[in-house]
Amino acid sequence: MNARMSNTELKIKAAQIRMDLFKLIYTAKTGHTGGSLSNTDILTALYYRIMRIDPANPKWEERDRFIASKGHSVESLWCILADLGFFPKEELDTYSQFGTRLIGHPNNKVAGIEMNTGALGHGMAISVGMALALKKDGKGCRVYCLMGDGEQAEGSVWEAAMAGAHYKLDNLIGIVDRNRLQISGSTEDVMSLEPLEDKWTAFGWNVVSINGNDMDDLVRAFEAVPTVVGKPTLIMANTIKGKGISFAENVAHWHHHVPNDSELEQAMHELTALIEQLKHEGQV
Amino acid sequence: MNKIPNRQVICETLLELARDDRDIMVLASDSRGSAAMAPFANAFPEQFVEVGIAEQNIVGISAGLAHSGKKPFVTSPACFLSMRSIEQIKVDVAYSATNVKLIGISGGVSYGALGMSHHSVQDLAVTRAIPGLVVMLPADRHETKRMTEALVSYEGGAYVRIGRNPVEDVYESDNYEFTIGKAVTMREGTDITIIATGETVRVALDAEQTLKEEGISCRVINMHTIKPLDEEAIIKAAQETGSIITVEEHSIHGGLGAAVAEVVVQHCPVPMRIIGIADEPAIAGKTAEVFNHYGISATNINRVALEMLKKHSSV
Repeated sequence: MNARMSNTELKIKAAQIRMDLFKLIYTAKTGHTGGSLSNTDILTALYYRIMRIDPANPKWEERDRFIASKGHSVESLWCILADLGFFPKEELDTYSQFGTRLIGHPNNKVAGIEMNTGALGHGMAISVGMALALKKDGKGCRVYCLMGDGEQAEGSVWEAAMAGAHYKLDNLIGIVDRNRLQISGSTEDVMSLEPLEDKWTAFGWNVVSINGNDMDDLVRAFEAVPTVVGKPTLIMANTIKGKGISFAENVAHWHHHVPNDSELEQAMHELTALIEQLKHEGQV
Repeated sequence: MNKIPNRQVICETLLELARDDRDIMVLASDSRGSAAMAPFANAFPEQFVEVGIAEQNIVGISAGLAHSGKKPFVTSPACFLSMRSIEQIKVDVAYSATNVKLIGISGGVSYGALGMSHHSVQDLAVTRAIPGLVVMLPADRHETKRMTEALVSYEGGAYVRIGRNPVEDVYESDNYEFTIGKAVTMREGTDITIIATGETVRVALDAEQTLKEEGISCRVINMHTIKPLDEEAIIKAAQETGSIITVEEHSIHGGLGAAVAEVVVQHCPVPMRIIGIADEPAIAGKTAEVFNHYGISATNINRVALEMLKKHSSV
């Protein structure tokens, strides 16, 4: 089972994961930095508190399922799976290297990864299928599907959204990492998504809007699911791309910018200070 | 003439197997009628999933169902399933290695008069390029039954294309050896080999008859599995008969002919001819009319065979 951390422990963990993923991308000289930073709090809440998982038994039938539909933000996920012991931490050194399992997208050859993702707009349909099968088998497990906001332009997202509501999958939780930036700039400039919450509501989902970088908000929202029986839940996680590192926040080119030496140093400095502060607050 | 279409056989076979195997599921994209799956939907509503007209969704949902231990059979028109959902087939089925069976219905030029949007004559080319995916076409209703049974037992992704209308039997019964990836030699012969797949096997057998009347010993191979391809049967045919004609209800590019040629040129180069749909939006018409137009006929195969043998003997 997972660690069931307190909110303060989760906040510290999220900062540590940010340090890990920043170092990972720095070392490999490749990665989707901005998106991994924006979804770190979401993943930390799920993996260390909310989801029923067992790293020692990754195929445990009663586990909750996580599908990273925005598969490109995989660095935070690799760091978390390694930290939880799904695979040895040393293997992180192979990230993006020749012949590695730890590629730039989730890879189901790695324990803890359910399905290969990376082509945007696929995850929600897969999640609908999983949630439907779990319901048919009378299992209480949940399916969490993390999507990007840029990804919402894929029509297949909405095909799946329709089906999730049609089959009344209240064991299905969609999360939109709403950081408002995609590779070419603002999501609203590239292809207007707003009113995005209304769209999900119109598709028959119960929409919960939160600050997706606020651990208290995240835990509260996840623990309240299902908020409406017979309806899937969509958590609109309003986040900041590049969150947690001052100079990467809300900067579009950090989508897949690789930090240089001084950026790495400053990021480590900022996150170490945050961890110290959180530890201090936790003792009070 | 047989009156039972292959789609009906798939439904009947699955109905029979689903009684004892509650994990078998059928999915439709507003296609339960054209797939002849209404009896299944009525008999096993809990094992039937309707997704509406959404072909990407049907494959993604099936991958999710399969991941949770179900055995989904997707039944959707081949023209849409093999094109609209090809990325889901590549990623969610093949790459993630999910146990999804994709049944492309009304395939080839079954929807003859509806135009290129509804023809699926590029499906073998795209599906056979995807690693790990089994690609098959049954020749008649008996083979459809054996293939469906084999699909239920097989763990992995597969694409099967069937036509809309009943096809004449090529087997007397379903009592023959069917193995995925193992071609069936329908007629032994020594002068030339015709390799056909799906509904063109019937045409190849007709050609064999007329060639026999001219004193030519023609081998006919039913290549029901395009992938994994029975290379051994092809090499043997090349070595023993010296000439090969392929016949398919598919573009002349990238299908059965191309698959056979890849083996022939590398292992046993012999003269080959590829008969199929020309590289153009296929002409409108009934299947037989379209087949005739493109030379998918006993008469044309006969002509091509005689020409090849004449050339061969004059060298």
